[in-house]
Amino acid sequence: MILVYINSTNGISKASFEAVTYAKKLGDVIALSNGSLSSDDLAHIGSYGASKVLVDRGVSGDDQQQVTRMIAEVASSNGVNTVVFSHDLHGKSIAPMLSVSMKAGLVQGAISLPDAEGCIDVNVFSGKAIGKVKVNSSSKIISLLPNSLPPEETGTACAVEEVATQAGNALIKVLSTKKPEGEIPLPEAELVVSAGRGLKGPENWGMVEDLAQILGAATACSRPVADIGWRPHHEHVGQTGVAIRPNLYIAIGISGAIQHLAGVNGSKVIVVVNTDPEAPFFKAADYGVVGDAFEVVPRLNEALKKFKAS
Amino acid sequence: MKILVCISKAPDTTSKIAFTDGNSKFDENGVQFVVNPYDEWYALVRALEIKESTGGHVTIINVGQGSDDAIIRKALAIGADEAVRIDAEAKDAYYVAMQIAAYAKDNAYDLVLTGKETINYNGSQVGGMIAEGLSIPFVSLGSKLEISGTTLTVEREIVGGVQVIEVEAPAVISCAKGMAEQRIPNMRGIMAARTKPLNVIPAVDIADLTSFVSYEMPGEKSAVKIIDPENMDELVALLHSEAKVI
Ligand SMILES: Cc1cc2nc3c(=O)[nH]c(=O)nc-3n(C[C@H](O)[C@H](O)[C@H](O)COP(=O)(O)OP(=O)(O)OC[C@H]3O[C@@H](n4cnc5c(N)ncnc54)[C@H](O)[C@@H]3O)c2cc1C
Repeated sequence: MILVYINSTNGISKASFEAVTYAKKLGDVIALSNGSLSSDDLAHIGSYGASKVLVDRGVSGDDQQQVTRMIAEVASSNGVNTVVFSHDLHGKSIAPMLSVSMKAGLVQGAISLPDAEGCIDVNVFSGKAIGKVKVNSSSKIISLLPNSLPPEETGTACAVEEVATQAGNALIKVLSTKKPEGEIPLPEAELVVSAGRGLKGPENWGMVEDLAQILGAATACSRPVADIGWRPHHEHVGQTGVAIRPNLYIAIGISGAIQHLAGVNGSKVIVVVNTDPEAPFFKAADYGVVGDAFEVVPRLNEALKKFKAS
Repeated sequence: MKILVCISKAPDTTSKIAFTDGNSKFDENGVQFVVNPYDEWYALVRALEIKESTGGHVTIINVGQGSDDAIIRKALAIGADEAVRIDAEAKDAYYVAMQIAAYAKDNAYDLVLTGKETINYNGSQVGGMIAEGLSIPFVSLGSKLEISGTTLTVEREIVGGVQVIEVEAPAVISCAKGMAEQRIPNMRGIMAARTKPLNVIPAVDIADLTSFVSYEMPGEKSAVKIIDPENMDELVALLHSEAKVI
């Protein structure tokens, strides 16, 4: 039996449906969540292949160790040998704890199904290579990188069952939470518009935000731009920032240093806008525009508006 | 505060990535190794700041072989008081974490800090595993840490935002950007590091749970298509009909 953990902090994400789709390709699937997601939303997980969804409403999710105990208990009472997470910030930190508590080998950031030898691909060296991981234990934990396979909605809604596990108390007390409204979280975004030092100053980001808005994209930036405070730190992508792999990455006024590329070279399609035809980013790009961002971006925005209207 | 900082050896960010032995091993030839940036810039420097403001003792710990001593000395030069190297090949994250947990169990630390991930294996695994191994709380992706008595106040990154939480020591915190600023070791630090204790201790018997069987390089990108900067309609059309991303 395969168990998929559904993180409840921001509604059910597309990445969770991807995890259920992935799990379904490995065997029979049940899902487990906690917190206050509505039963209708949880039942919808059935459409992606889960036969039932369990939910423990007494576990808030603030203490990831408490979540770990909840999952371990449900796994052991349901004969689960594989647990699948979506590799978001929540799954990323719960999966290692569960690995210890279940003594189950962990594949962190999986990008493929197991091959004939049971090996699973993961990105290593910040996306510069792919490693094939073999799990040596009988139980397994797989944390699936978002955007690694398309979610497949093939079935119908399933039953939702409330459970009360012995997960114990939360040892972490939340004092405050800040969630920027209406923004697309960068690691999950399918389209990303990013800009670098070539933009000269924070006052010039208006056209970049316009571009993101027209596309429905998230915004990102290079490290120096976050370091000087032109943009917030959570937008910093690269080897020492967030690693992303959207369908489309548009890089404006970014040179394409190796540390920057390390965080974005998993993107399906890369567009680069740069005045310097020798900028290293062009080597990693699918489409390149050699030109001044201050002329090219407004022009691109107009072209996109025309396209969206047609 | 008795603080344990876990440090890992990682190839410098500009290293050429290649593999040997039938693509089963990372090719260390000509590679410059550094302290994993997250461990150094954020975990270690924050530990030193805490020690400087409230007193305490900072031990760094590494699971690795003799070739790791150079980066351990570097971390000592930045200011750690002493170092422990558990003498073993770092087989997988579980193996490393269980070695550190076994050591920490016998030495009662108030705080264990790790980097949020390494830049070579990018696993984000060791911190959570140590916490679970020690049965103490784990806070991931800390970007600020304040201490009052035994209460730790941590700002952490969560899905779609940030959160401020409180937890009682002892705890494990994985450190991310914001925690501290990189420190460059000075001459005095480098001299002092030569004589600071580096205790090499044997590993405990633990089986690894995973192994890397082989590696491959991602497929070559096809050549970039250059678009006339005057003609953004063409770019939009290509993104729609050729790349199919909009
Ligand atoms: C250990 C380490 C880790 C690092 N980690 C990261 C990381 O995670 N992420 C990261 O991004 N960087 C990282 N860096 C920094 C990295 O090496 C580069 O310095 C950085 O990415 C450069 O940012 P940039 O491209 O915005 O700026 P620059 O290198 O200054 O490039 C600006 C670009 O804009 C172009 N330009 C100028 N004017 C215009 C215009 N009007 N229109 C269009 N283009 C224009 C220029 O031709 C140039 O190519 C790291 C460095 C180190 C040493």
